[in-house]
Amino acid sequence: MHKLLLTTSVGILALFAAGAANAADELLELQKNPKAWALPTGDYANHRYSALKQITTENVGRLAAAWSFSTGVLRGHEGAPLVVGDVMYLHTPFPNNVYALDLNNDGKILWKYEPKQDPSVVPVMCCDTVNRGLAYGDGKIFLAQADTVLVALDAKTGKAVWSVKNGDPTKGATSTAAPHVFKDKVLVGIAGGEFGVRGSITAYDIKDGKLAWRGYSMGPDSDTLIDPDKTTHLGKPVGKDSSVSTWQGDQWQIGGGTTWGWYSYDPDLNLIYYGSGNPSTWNPKQRPGDNRWSMTVWARDLDTGAAKWVYQMTPHDEWDYDGINEMILADQTIGGAPRKTLVHFDRNGFGYTLDRTNGELLVAEKFDPAVNWATKVDMDKSSATYGRPLVVDKYSTEKNGEDVNTKGVCPAALGSKDEQPASFSPDTGLFYVPTNHVCMDYEPFRVSYTAGQPYVGATLEMFPPPGESNMGNFIAWDARTGKIVWSTKEQFSVWSGTVTTAGGVAFYGTLEGYLKAVDLKTGKELYKYKTPSGIIGNVITYEHGGKQYVAVMSGIGGWAGIGLAAGLTKSNEGLGAVGGYRALSDYTALGGVLTVFALPAGSESAANPAAPAAPAAPAAPGVWKAPVQ
Amino acid sequence: MRLLLAGALALSVFMGLGTIAEAEPPSDPAAVKSVDGKYYDKNGDPTYKVQADGTVDWYTFSGYRRYHAECHVCHGPNGEGSTYAPALKDSVKRFNYAEFVGIVVGGRQNKVAGNESVMPAFAENKNAMCYMDDLYIYLRARSTGAVDRGRPEKKEEKPAAFSEAEAKCMSGK
Repeated sequence: MHKLLLTTSVGILALFAAGAANAADELLELQKNPKAWALPTGDYANHRYSALKQITTENVGRLAAAWSFSTGVLRGHEGAPLVVGDVMYLHTPFPNNVYALDLNNDGKILWKYEPKQDPSVVPVMCCDTVNRGLAYGDGKIFLAQADTVLVALDAKTGKAVWSVKNGDPTKGATSTAAPHVFKDKVLVGIAGGEFGVRGSITAYDIKDGKLAWRGYSMGPDSDTLIDPDKTTHLGKPVGKDSSVSTWQGDQWQIGGGTTWGWYSYDPDLNLIYYGSGNPSTWNPKQRPGDNRWSMTVWARDLDTGAAKWVYQMTPHDEWDYDGINEMILADQTIGGAPRKTLVHFDRNGFGYTLDRTNGELLVAEKFDPAVNWATKVDMDKSSATYGRPLVVDKYSTEKNGEDVNTKGVCPAALGSKDEQPASFSPDTGLFYVPTNHVCMDYEPFRVSYTAGQPYVGATLEMFPPPGESNMGNFIAWDARTGKIVWSTKEQFSVWSGTVTTAGGVAFYGTLEGYLKAVDLKTGKELYKYKTPSGIIGNVITYEHGGKQYVAVMSGIGGWAGIGLAAGLTKSNEGLGAVGGYRALSDYTALGGVLTVFALPAGSESAANPAAPAAPAAPAAPGVWKAPVQ
Repeated sequence: MRLLLAGALALSVFMGLGTIAEAEPPSDPAAVKSVDGKYYDKNGDPTYKVQADGTVDWYTFSGYRRYHAECHVCHGPNGEGSTYAPALKDSVKRFNYAEFVGIVVGGRQNKVAGNESVMPAFAENKNAMCYMDDLYIYLRARSTGAVDRGRPEKKEEKPAAFSEAEAKCMSGK
């Protein structure tokens, strides 16, 4: 075992050193190696699945904290570290420090990078000063700073190799998303939909940071990289100026559609997939039209940026249902036919399954039964409203108009799911989704645009669905049929990315701060541990020194932290919330800490049927048992 | 409006020189008179009015809305503050109306123990400038606890004078 491991890690090191030789091949190899967690999304397909199986449903109850690391930053900690070879790379919220930690030496700091940024960027970040992580490729670590500077750091030394500025924070443009390395390019998005920023995705050359292409979410075809004859929407060419023709005047210039989520890549099709965010402003009355291509699933050619197909999920948004959540690429059999699918859990509460080769809509069903703003997505290809959500008038903030408080809309603006990524397990064929179970009152009002200043135009209040007290669920979803397989309640929104493993376990974090392990088959809770702060980061797993580790960053904040920390207000307590919902601040406080878990020495073999106490080890749901040392 | 802007800008420069201690503290926020649905304290500064049944004046409600669109990202929901910006429900106990306006218009930079923070200038932002009184009134209502966290449930009708001034200010150049 030891010798074998050594050979492998030497192999990784060699790859690491060769680096520049073929960055694309290296990255392909790294994501096939379950010991590493080299991409912010686990792999190009965004599965967030690990083939590691030392930790199993039988022994996970004995998991214990192995080591931890304080980031020294207080605000919301989204994203997850990377693990490449013997080094873990860790990022923080603004000021976006980066640490390289030596896994051979209990996480000793190998290097630290501290960018200097103008603090004026903080007030133009809509939802806390979050950053969703780093990317690795070509021997470099890529950091997208809050001020939109993309910097490439030498993975060995932490020295900046090149940097490029991707946007203008004085106009409200910021970076919160992780960069993504696909083949020979680094892709970065932009945030600022609440500041009237026009969204775009940009590809830079991994070697020197030279701009390869930029595709905007809205604007003339030359900006969106849409070909009127070749780019399709629901199977038909979009035609000339498909974006600007759906906006009043030049409103598209401040139209939002930002790109702050996770991206995926299919190397065979050479297509990248991502979603665009809300149209600006939140007041729908001020921007008539479908506001294309906000709220859209995009498929673009990696080399040129050319749009292959688009699908707008929420035309003329009235609720802030950004379409930025991850696109998970999985091959599934639907209606007896094998399909290359894309699965997406949207803020609007619908789980979509599309054919990723051509954008054909296969399934669109609610992944939270509370969703009420639309009855369904029209699946009738002959219908004039094919592919569109059928909006319920009562919940239409457009119909009800400015200065009217539209009540009881589900989901709330933060969506049935936000950026917290789901996971696909090829073992079960199911998707494991962290969800929000929250409704809202939404009142749009008139706003004026000023560059670099908030451009919001609505106020909202959030609360659990009527008669319920839980504000989150963790669900297993069958994307072939669009059905919930099982669903377990969480008191607060589940704002943590999931990882699934070949050990039959799914891991996620909760806003109170628990790291939880559940059985992929049943959702039964097998383990929980309270980390130092609420978790809005994503769980990862990796192997080092022959041992499987699970890691997560805690550090409450983000939109969930801002929106929920103060708890329910008086006006909402009459809505039938049972069981005494209490403020998140009763459970947790600010502070960024990475916690790394492993099985205590000797208990790996607990899965062995010969080990007597093993089956009894998993605690009853909700009961934590001390790990057996 | 333009006059107010110029005056406030001058004031913020003045404060930048460290003469802040000279300013007069705000008076008792109790409303002593009302003109066209807007209430004023004994110094003539804008203030809130909450009736016995919890009905708030329109400006308090308007301030609630604008605060949660323009300010809460840094200053926290309901004026309660965050790790990088002060709780304005407490700040308005110290800052009088003119100081409040000066800071909103001109912004400020703070350096505490090596931590820099920036309050942007809102002078160009109509969503703040056209609702300056509303913001101040809402925060004063929060400062005394007259208005609780969250959306005020009951409010007075929107005064005609408000609609007129709003339309003029928001469409002005």
